[in-house]
Amino acid sequence: MADDEEVSSETEQLNDKQKLEIAKWFLLNSPAGEIQYVFKDLRTILKDDNVHNLAALEAFPQYNKSHMICLELPDRSSDVIITSFSEVAENEYLDPRTAQVAIVDHIKQACTEARPASDEELPSSYIEEFRCALDADIMKYVSEAYPKGVCAVYCVKGKDVEEPGSDFEFVVVISASRLSPQNFCNGSWRSIWNIEFNDEDQMVEIKGKLQVGAHYFEEGNVQLDANHECRDSTLLQNPEDSALAITNIIRQQETEYLASLEASYLKLPDTTFKDLRRKLPVTRTLFPWHSTMQFSLTRDIAKELTIRK
Amino acid sequence: MEAAMGLMRRIHPKHTETALSALLSLMPEQSSDLLSQVDQPLQVLCDEESGKEFILCEYNRDADSYRSPWTNKYQPPLEDGLYPSSELRNLEIEANDVFAVYCDQYYEGGSSSVYMWEDDNEGFVACFLIKKDGSRSGHGRRGYLHEGQWDAIHVIEVGPEDEGFARYCLTSTVMLSLTTNNDSSGTFSLSGSIRRQMSMQLSIAEGHLCNMGRMIEELEGKLRNSLDQVYFGKTREMVCTLRPPAELAAMRLPDS
Repeated sequence: MADDEEVSSETEQLNDKQKLEIAKWFLLNSPAGEIQYVFKDLRTILKDDNVHNLAALEAFPQYNKSHMICLELPDRSSDVIITSFSEVAENEYLDPRTAQVAIVDHIKQACTEARPASDEELPSSYIEEFRCALDADIMKYVSEAYPKGVCAVYCVKGKDVEEPGSDFEFVVVISASRLSPQNFCNGSWRSIWNIEFNDEDQMVEIKGKLQVGAHYFEEGNVQLDANHECRDSTLLQNPEDSALAITNIIRQQETEYLASLEASYLKLPDTTFKDLRRKLPVTRTLFPWHSTMQFSLTRDIAKELTIRK
Repeated sequence: MEAAMGLMRRIHPKHTETALSALLSLMPEQSSDLLSQVDQPLQVLCDEESGKEFILCEYNRDADSYRSPWTNKYQPPLEDGLYPSSELRNLEIEANDVFAVYCDQYYEGGSSSVYMWEDDNEGFVACFLIKKDGSRSGHGRRGYLHEGQWDAIHVIEVGPEDEGFARYCLTSTVMLSLTTNNDSSGTFSLSGSIRRQMSMQLSIAEGHLCNMGRMIEELEGKLRNSLDQVYFGKTREMVCTLRPPAELAAMRLPDS
């Protein structure tokens, strides 16, 4: 970006490629739920619909996937979560629960069509048994813990495994967002859990990535970013028992993480924030502005004394 | 300009500098508006003669040089740089001394600089700056912060003296970021900026410095409070809305 600035001050105009990069940067760095507003403001600033549209074409899919936005299928039968794990083709995302593929308009952030998933896009019945059991337990947990949460379980490795004896891997995605632009407040919670079923040692390895963001911008701009990674493991059992064990681990880890977020907030006023600026001076009284002349004199004297020592 | 300010309100505070330089390159014709309306994180330079750090801003800049409040010299040296009148310079020296103590008492470390200059309507303008690095590796006394920056910019316009009174218009901006980081809870980071204004008509019996100082102290305290209680509080509320703590979730269950 520093280079871009030099270009503008030294020569005349940015070329389209530079403009495109800048526009994409703004779009990709939009807070949760705010890309459409950023898109609108950029249009006014760029004054170049061509670059504006091109930037959107490249940035929206990436943004939608990383924010794991949730879109309703046209017949309202289900929701599809936009993630790189559910992407089966360009603009096509699998909803494993209903075995449908949603065709998505990234810029409008809407699902335009849906079609039944083909057999190649779905896991084998052996794998589906594990996936479906886990999905049911996770769904129950999410409906209890997140007022507006959505979730999905994808098979990302070994979906054609037909019987015990091979490894396979799932990804559990939990996404909750709350958009309240009229109250100048938006936020999102995203969890990605990698679940590896290892046949050899009969273990399930669980790795979680949790990401929480919040933006409050009434007469200011304040953002929370919190990230956490964790891991755990459990025994590989039958589909139902595995699902239960995995869900318990996820529930426990997420509950603990929420508690640690709360603890971070509680520590703010008296410890963390104090290291930036105290509420009151070290003297615990307001600063004596009326006697500052004397103040700076005593400081000078104190300084001289320390120098003489 | 409105659209540009709209973007600045949304883009993450940690990206302010990148966003600003991007906007400057997209709309060079608006560069002075952008530079005056968008606050950037403060930079410091070491005054080679006094060995003390001073803070850089638009108000002590002339061409590519910055005037140090400690020696009144431009760095790098500048032939015909702008200087305050000797009367105002005396007030500036005193303000720098006193404000350094203020900074010590509230910040337990950090740097401060005060700059003053005459304005067009027989008054003057003063800019009080504070920069504090509160991280473990910086001046964080308690060692909780992995990363922590606090920048305060107070610009105060002082009107001409009129029958023992003067009008003071203060605009204060605070920019901060704080990050804690540990194995059990991951990284937790809050950052942001807010700006507020305050105007007062005050007797100058106790001197300008006293009046300016009290106003700055009051507004700075208010900004800190609203960051702590309102702004951080709102983000915390959001987290609880997304995933209510167990006791709240339990209360919700009978209804659903």
